[in-house]
Amino acid sequence: MPYIPNTDADRKEMLEAIECKSIDELWQKAQIRTPPPALENIPAGMSEYEVTRHLNSLASQNATHLVNFVGSGYYDHLIPAAVGTMVGRSEFYTAYTPYQPEASQGTLQAIYEYQSAICRLTSMPMSNASLYDGGTALFEAIMMAVRITNRRQAVISGAVSPIFREMIRCYSSNLDIELIVVPVKSSKTDSSQGALVDAVTDKTACVLVQYPNVFGTVEEWSDTVEKIHAKGAIAVCSVYPIALAMLKTPGEMGFDIVTGEGQSLGIPLSFGGPYLGFMAVKEKLVRKMPGRIVGRTVDLDGKPGFVLTLQAREQHIRRENAMSNICSNESLCALTALAYLTCIGKEGLLQVANLCAAKANFARDLLLQIKGIEPVGEKAFFNEFVIKLPGDSSEIVGNMIDKGFAAGFPLGRYYSDRKNQLLVAVTEKRTREEIKAFANAMEAVLWS
Amino acid sequence: MELIYSKGKSGRRGSSLPKLDVPDANSIPSSLRRKKAAQMPEVSELEAVRHFTLLSRKNMGVDSNFYPLGSCTMKYNPKVNEKIAAMPGFADLHPLLPQLRRGGALTQGALAVIYETERMLSELLGFSQTTMQPLAGAHGELTGVMLIAAYHKAHGDTKRKIMLIPDAAHGTNPASAAMAGFDTVTIPSDPDGNVDLDALKKELNENVAGIMLTCPNTLGMFDKNVKEICELIHKAGALAYCDGANFNAIIGRLRPGDIGFDVMHVNLHKTFSTPHGAGGPGSGPVGVCEKLVPYLPVSCVAKRSDGTYALEYHHKESIGYIAPFYGNFGIILRAYAYLLTLGKEGLVRVSENAVLNANYIRAKLIPYYDQQHPGYCMHECVFSATRQSEKGVHALDIAKALIDRGIHPPTIYFPLIVKEALMIEPTETESIEDINKFIQVMIDIAKLADENPEAIKQCPLTTPIKRLDETQAARKLDLASLE
Amino acid sequence: MKKYTKEHEWVEIKGREAVIGITAYAAKELGDITFVEVHPEGTDVIVGDVIGTIESVKAASDVYSPISGTISATNTELEEEPAIVNNSPEEKGWVCKLDNIDLVELEELMTKEQYDKFLKESASSSKK
Repeated sequence: MPYIPNTDADRKEMLEAIECKSIDELWQKAQIRTPPPALENIPAGMSEYEVTRHLNSLASQNATHLVNFVGSGYYDHLIPAAVGTMVGRSEFYTAYTPYQPEASQGTLQAIYEYQSAICRLTSMPMSNASLYDGGTALFEAIMMAVRITNRRQAVISGAVSPIFREMIRCYSSNLDIELIVVPVKSSKTDSSQGALVDAVTDKTACVLVQYPNVFGTVEEWSDTVEKIHAKGAIAVCSVYPIALAMLKTPGEMGFDIVTGEGQSLGIPLSFGGPYLGFMAVKEKLVRKMPGRIVGRTVDLDGKPGFVLTLQAREQHIRRENAMSNICSNESLCALTALAYLTCIGKEGLLQVANLCAAKANFARDLLLQIKGIEPVGEKAFFNEFVIKLPGDSSEIVGNMIDKGFAAGFPLGRYYSDRKNQLLVAVTEKRTREEIKAFANAMEAVLWS
Repeated sequence: MELIYSKGKSGRRGSSLPKLDVPDANSIPSSLRRKKAAQMPEVSELEAVRHFTLLSRKNMGVDSNFYPLGSCTMKYNPKVNEKIAAMPGFADLHPLLPQLRRGGALTQGALAVIYETERMLSELLGFSQTTMQPLAGAHGELTGVMLIAAYHKAHGDTKRKIMLIPDAAHGTNPASAAMAGFDTVTIPSDPDGNVDLDALKKELNENVAGIMLTCPNTLGMFDKNVKEICELIHKAGALAYCDGANFNAIIGRLRPGDIGFDVMHVNLHKTFSTPHGAGGPGSGPVGVCEKLVPYLPVSCVAKRSDGTYALEYHHKESIGYIAPFYGNFGIILRAYAYLLTLGKEGLVRVSENAVLNANYIRAKLIPYYDQQHPGYCMHECVFSATRQSEKGVHALDIAKALIDRGIHPPTIYFPLIVKEALMIEPTETESIEDINKFIQVMIDIAKLADENPEAIKQCPLTTPIKRLDETQAARKLDLASLE
Repeated sequence: MKKYTKEHEWVEIKGREAVIGITAYAAKELGDITFVEVHPEGTDVIVGDVIGTIESVKAASDVYSPISGTISATNTELEEEPAIVNNSPEEKGWVCKLDNIDLVELEELMTKEQYDKFLKESASSSKK
């Protein structure tokens, strides 16, 4: 039997030691007295080779050959080969949550370094050890703001990822929390900052925005953040970490809580997970932050070491009054993000961001030269932008698949007034030739 | 060990990137650019790899150490599963592809994995359907109690705001219930460690939405009244939630759906061999009985009559989206490979050997450690270091002594209802030789605690650091190395 | 006049104000205190309301108000130096002050002698 070392002789010896004649008797003595289930729908076991062959065949049915221009918060970035090796050390991935610090200094130091990386990227002073994903992180930010302000309303920009907004709506449904979404006009891609501020009242706990926003648009938030603060609310920003290599940081713009989806930091797309939620906050809010936190301290000899800290916020101590129910988080994904940032490095990260932005700019220029394609919204974007097609974008995307391209995300799926609009993402992986071929294919699909 | 940020030097890098092959132009005005580059490490690839390798050596993991951490099911993580999760056909798959027109055809292999794993889990749990979406065990709990809330709401039963939780429960249970909007009421345990039935009966009324019961319980025992508890709960119009953190004890032998539970989560990173990853990523699928199926989160993977798979998004009564896509797919994939490898007869052997190993340890350690709740256990045995603590040696000290002896400690001080708890879970993947070594070490420590308690209170001595000043860590927060 | 609660708070009347803190026993049980959080000045509370939370490394404990009133001052020194609660729980480690109080409410609470007796009794009952 794979993975189970006990032989029949071992079992016999152990049964004798516990004074049972058989496994059946052991079940009886352990209070399991119902007959065993038939399990008719569980197949017989397979050999490692058979399992691998079967999964290879399933993997081959997935269209990973398409040239990808779909992003929408989840991006096809390069991952240095060394990242897999570094995180693939089984002392990391076969360990549990580092409750015993003396036996987990590797994980603990790595998480401290990860927290440091998130702080440096966002220009925020404190980060936690990870949350599940960008969407749950944003919801946790609302709950934090509710605890801090004692108010129960969240104002959410319509330019925040609709995927995240759907999740927030689901989580809030039993919690007496009012969600107010401030829509964005279909001809625009900015976050309607004026309307956002107007929506803030003395009941508002927080305002949620995204940077760059879901349409790829990059906006200055400093003044709006000030106005949000003046009304006593917390300013929350969900960010795309790769973009922060180049952009003015959320910390510089005064945000109180910064969250985000960390998939772009070396984590494979892997059909939706596991991903990485991150959260960084201003110092005075740290005790209201959910999730694990690693701190640096000293041991009995005064030697520096790392330990899980501020645990009194967490579920195992505070139970129903905890800051969140989160227990297992996405530790290995946080380690992956650190490994990625370590390999890519300071210079490399800026280079990745520059490549993305330049290639997206190039792609947009080419696409806008095609008859019938029009720009939508603001000019400043990072690596993702909206164009208007001369027809239903979801249909056109379907036709582009036949040409070998995942051409972008049709916005009509989430915004009924944007049926002809397409959200196109370009990463450093796309070559000049691919981008030109993409524009050519688009022209062919539209006009021939 | 130095932080990665103190290593290397300005201008050094560990990666090569494609050259810029388009004009160096973009649309970001200088006012929206960051003033100073983020201070990421500046090291060569070797320096990066060596840093991580050295860090990894300061960890204990299942691959290097016996790891009997109770309630965490630290079983072996099969290597073939890691290879499968890294297959480009899975790892490079964008989650939004199925949402494109004709996109369903682009991800049939991945959808098959989710669907087939879901079917097998439903069969093993004894439920109608299972959602693969929850991203961890606690996330599964939250999903489960949200389903209970949705069920009562759909039946106009809006008064039901109370969730009953035994005092032996893991802290995630009350925290999850609170996140789903419930008030919690604690039910005490009886002297055997089971739910106190009389106390339960007193709390049952028309305001009770449900109960969250860990089964087998957190003492590693099967509460013989489980069936009766479910019946009492149902009679009161409430629903029974099973916390399946301990499912490894009964997999293949008993189906919680068959004994009256309405909804439960399991942890793929426990029973189904996916790695714990030093604190995630996990996966916490939730199985439900027929009457809760309409409320399951979207999307759901369905199998069409032509054998193809499709995602369904529009379930009218669904609680909505608890995850951005389809769950932690990479973890589901590993669990799927595990299920296929073991098959029916293998899965039955899992629980048999897990329970046998735990009882063997229990029998061998009884002379040396006290038990607050004696009797045959399931997959883990709980001891109490009360005898040792009379000599000043507490559960924490025993844990540290084990570290010095190359063994990861059991879970300590949980469940809270046991004094000086030591919760030992060997799992089925440990050999009798290694189990015997562990037993001998535990006996040696017990003897040392009696003869020379000071020697244990000094532990650990062999680790990279000694015991840490956790008070200073919490008082003088140092959570990041800033620039 | 100083009185005690079963939740291990003490309240001492000084002029028109009530000073509130946790008892030496509670401070010892919590261990090294790492953080003290109190509701802001001006908060109205009634008997039994949570007025703050005290955290140690391994525990978090709510502080319940032994008396009704309005929080008129909080011990700001505890923000920087939470250890004061361990070192001087019933003097320098006071948590907050209340005004608008009604002394009648104190009649329900325990005297020092009653509290000490209560501690002894609960210690012996937990041993059983």
